[in-house]
Amino acid sequence: MIDNPDLKEICYALDENGCYVLAPSAGWEPKNVANDQAWALIGKQVANMVSRIRAGKLSPLAYHMAKHQMSAGLLAKYVGINRFRVWRHLKPSGFKRLTPEMRRRYADLFDLPVDALDVFPVSPEGED
Amino acid sequence: MVKIDFKHSQSSHCESGVSANLLSHYGVDISEAMAFGIGTGLFFAYLPFVKVNKLPLTTYRCEVGGIFKRVVKRLGCRIRWEKFKSPEKSMTALDKKLAEGIPVGLRTGGYWLPYFPPAFRFHFNMHNLVVFGKDGDEYLISDPVFPDPVRCHRSALMKARFAKGPLAPGGVMYYIEEVSRQFDMAAAIRKGIRGVCRRMMKTPLPVAGVRGMGFLAGRLCRWPEKLGADNAALHVGQLIRMQEEIGTGGGGFRFMYAAFLQEAAPILGNARLLELSRKMTATGDLWRKLAVVGARICKGRASEDETYGGMADLLRECAERESLIYRELMEVV
Repeated sequence: MIDNPDLKEICYALDENGCYVLAPSAGWEPKNVANDQAWALIGKQVANMVSRIRAGKLSPLAYHMAKHQMSAGLLAKYVGINRFRVWRHLKPSGFKRLTPEMRRRYADLFDLPVDALDVFPVSPEGED
Repeated sequence: MVKIDFKHSQSSHCESGVSANLLSHYGVDISEAMAFGIGTGLFFAYLPFVKVNKLPLTTYRCEVGGIFKRVVKRLGCRIRWEKFKSPEKSMTALDKKLAEGIPVGLRTGGYWLPYFPPAFRFHFNMHNLVVFGKDGDEYLISDPVFPDPVRCHRSALMKARFAKGPLAPGGVMYYIEEVSRQFDMAAAIRKGIRGVCRRMMKTPLPVAGVRGMGFLAGRLCRWPEKLGADNAALHVGQLIRMQEEIGTGGGGFRFMYAAFLQEAAPILGNARLLELSRKMTATGDLWRKLAVVGARICKGRASEDETYGGMADLLRECAERESLIYRELMEVV
């Protein structure tokens, strides 16, 4: 369930005279259901990535990518390189060979210190 | 520190809110619903070939930037758009305009705006806001979907302006250059309404307008067999989010449009618009019903008649009722 005290949305509602007024929204069940569904999907994708990283199939970059709801193509656009290079960096072998410059670009994008790029949660469920 | 005296009012949709706030700043006092209506904001299209998070896009509004473009033009104002390749240059240009005392509208990627609550941080490149000041490294922002003005650090704003992916904003900024004191409100409203009728009834594409609703209905009832139960539920979830997520004012903008018709009635001096506003509200309720059924399907709590076929029938009814409304609207204006 999404609880957002920071954002009180407003919506159009009819008052007792049938005139439209802008009123704070009380939240709405179907919308929450749809949002929860979207977040559950993202959570599932992140957990899937983490277990593949643990299995040695992917690099920690895959975790950050999934956490930021990105695909390899979108990530490539953000760091300004070809997506095939991103695919290579998603493999542990390619990730190890990342240049300091490339690591800095990824870290900047995710707003992380460069060292934090190697960090990923221990268990799929242990996502912050 | 630069701070322009800018009146922030909260609205339920970003682009029409930005349009209304910017115009009001220059003394053209209009409401959000009015900006939406004059700008021909209402639309429908189901675009299965445009994917957002790997799911098809359904839109209930017109193209990005269209509302602002049309509303300022119809009210006789002149605007200027600027697009940038270099993030640094785009920020310098923004600072310059602020120093001149001009509030600037920006198109941004909502994902990168730090003041968004985490639950709303999806990649979404169509978020509009107005920058009205700068305090050190922080910009003062009037984001129309928030109750109060917010602040955003330069680096985050820069990232948001150069968000990537579908409909990337590419650093776009826009501002009003000249306002005309004489404009014909009634004529602007008529143009806005005619535009909606034309787009909804006569767009020569099967996926757009009222025909688009029928098209979606046809696709929707085949989702479970074509996509499997899980994926079909995801598709429905996406449909509901597009319709009800922040910005539409609920019911896929239908309530906002009804509010516009109500406001337009005394200006055009036509009581039939009030009746049409009520009918539009009724279709808004129907759209909401669609969302309710959809949500039950997503949760796996649907009763026997709440099926994909049932949703398709609701959609067809929406299409039918709306086409009656547009037909009558065309006679009115």
